[in-house]
Amino acid sequence: MSLSAFIEIDSVWKSFDNHPVLRGLSLTVPAHSATVLIGASGSGKSTLLRCINALETVDAGSIVIDQELDVTAFKTDLDAVRRRIGIVFQSYNLFPHMKVLENITLGPTRVLHKSKKESEAAAMELLTRFGLQAKALDYPDRLSGGQAQRVAIVRALAMEPEIMLFDEITSALDPMLVGEVLDSVRELREGGLTMVMATHEMSFAKEIADQVCFLNEGIVWEAGSATEVFDSPARPETQEFLQRVN
Amino acid sequence: MNTPAPGTDTVYIDPLRRERVRKKARSDALIGVASLVGFVAVVVLLVGRSSGWETVQKTFFNGDQFAESFPGLLEAFWLNVRIFLIAEPLILIIGLLVALARTVKSPIFLPIRVLATMYVDIFRGVPTILIIFLLGFGMPALQLTGVPSDAIFWGTAALVLSYGAYVAEVFRAGIGSVHPSQTMAARSLGLSSFQTNRFVVLPQAVRNVTPPLLNDFISLQKDTALVAVLGPIEVLRRAQIDTSANFNYTPYVGAALIFIALTIPMTRFADWIQVRSARKKRAGGVA
Repeated sequence: MSLSAFIEIDSVWKSFDNHPVLRGLSLTVPAHSATVLIGASGSGKSTLLRCINALETVDAGSIVIDQELDVTAFKTDLDAVRRRIGIVFQSYNLFPHMKVLENITLGPTRVLHKSKKESEAAAMELLTRFGLQAKALDYPDRLSGGQAQRVAIVRALAMEPEIMLFDEITSALDPMLVGEVLDSVRELREGGLTMVMATHEMSFAKEIADQVCFLNEGIVWEAGSATEVFDSPARPETQEFLQRVN
Repeated sequence: MNTPAPGTDTVYIDPLRRERVRKKARSDALIGVASLVGFVAVVVLLVGRSSGWETVQKTFFNGDQFAESFPGLLEAFWLNVRIFLIAEPLILIIGLLVALARTVKSPIFLPIRVLATMYVDIFRGVPTILIIFLLGFGMPALQLTGVPSDAIFWGTAALVLSYGAYVAEVFRAGIGSVHPSQTMAARSLGLSSFQTNRFVVLPQAVRNVTPPLLNDFISLQKDTALVAVLGPIEVLRRAQIDTSANFNYTPYVGAALIFIALTIPMTRFADWIQVRSARKKRAGGVA
């Protein structure tokens, strides 16, 4: 596995209404690795993810993808950035007026200009891979939370992104349904996709992460391998957070 | 019937309780019907026995007058239908364009946004009948070449302008009702701002505002009668002519019946759409 820096986040600042959320946060995400962000609600996990695919603009600092694409530069084509980075949200955000298949093919047909036939075939292949082929022609309101979230993952994957961002994707789910969604992420992890995920599922984080980052006061407070951060956290704030969530 | 074992996969209602519910439903239905029949009987008796009823009947519900005027009314009503059919699509187009113009953010389009806002402010603020007077009598008075002087044309134009402003606001509310997370999800797939509007926001916005739009259609169907003030012989004008010829108001009642015959099915349809979309929303949950 190559450990070259794939996402280089350097001193990023971001505030909302005079309230600083990210305060000079720096982080390196190696290629083909899974980076897990943990931390209290409001610690900036979601904001950081949204800055990476330019759904939010940073106040200062830079985020460079693959050493060539600066997400934060003024002249960058943001639609081009988002084509390379997929994101899955806590509340699925499927398009309720489109069937599952249409949800998935919207990006490939309209943004990548693939033919309808080609993108539908690719979508069916992905749906089959995630055990959702029977749902292709259903509307999102016919899906369980777990199915909806897996469709959201497939929708992002259909754009063939180089990076996947997961923003607390199991937080809105019934505990019974968390497992099927995490299985999907596990499978992607084995495929070698570069991923950054914010999560409250500590045992899953421990299992899947190459790198665990504890966010506190708008910066990466402590980072390291899953064993380092979970089993022997160095800083008292990290210890306290882990104690509270376990 | 024996009580099923706990945990059995069945619906079980205590037979005594079931019987009680059935009795209650039956007696409720009986009481309702009896009360309605009684009420109607009392009204008929009171109205029929009142001293003025015969005059009222002769003036408003005169069978001969009705038979005489009704075919003419129906024929005249065809003009109302045509005005409605021409105005409605134009209103939808103007409403949608104005609503979109009010949502564009690019500074270069500021003039368009200002114009759209002014249009809505002005035409929503002025009574429809005043706009009909202004355009219907005013425009022909200009005697400009190329400007039509036809009363039906200007009456319809006034309805379009007035209702366009209302419908623009309905569409704008619809656009606002689509959750921002939908836009975020679309943009995250790399869709442009235009594509996001076209494929994600607008289809949902239109769906959300279908019930209020149907309500405005119903209102427009009735307001086609306002064009009467300009002189064209549509159903209200026809009724007015018949009325003044015979000093009998039955033609007005006939015209009212024609409007009701058209708006009631439309109203039921709007109710049905509303119930259906509410049910869909409940089933949808977070999507």
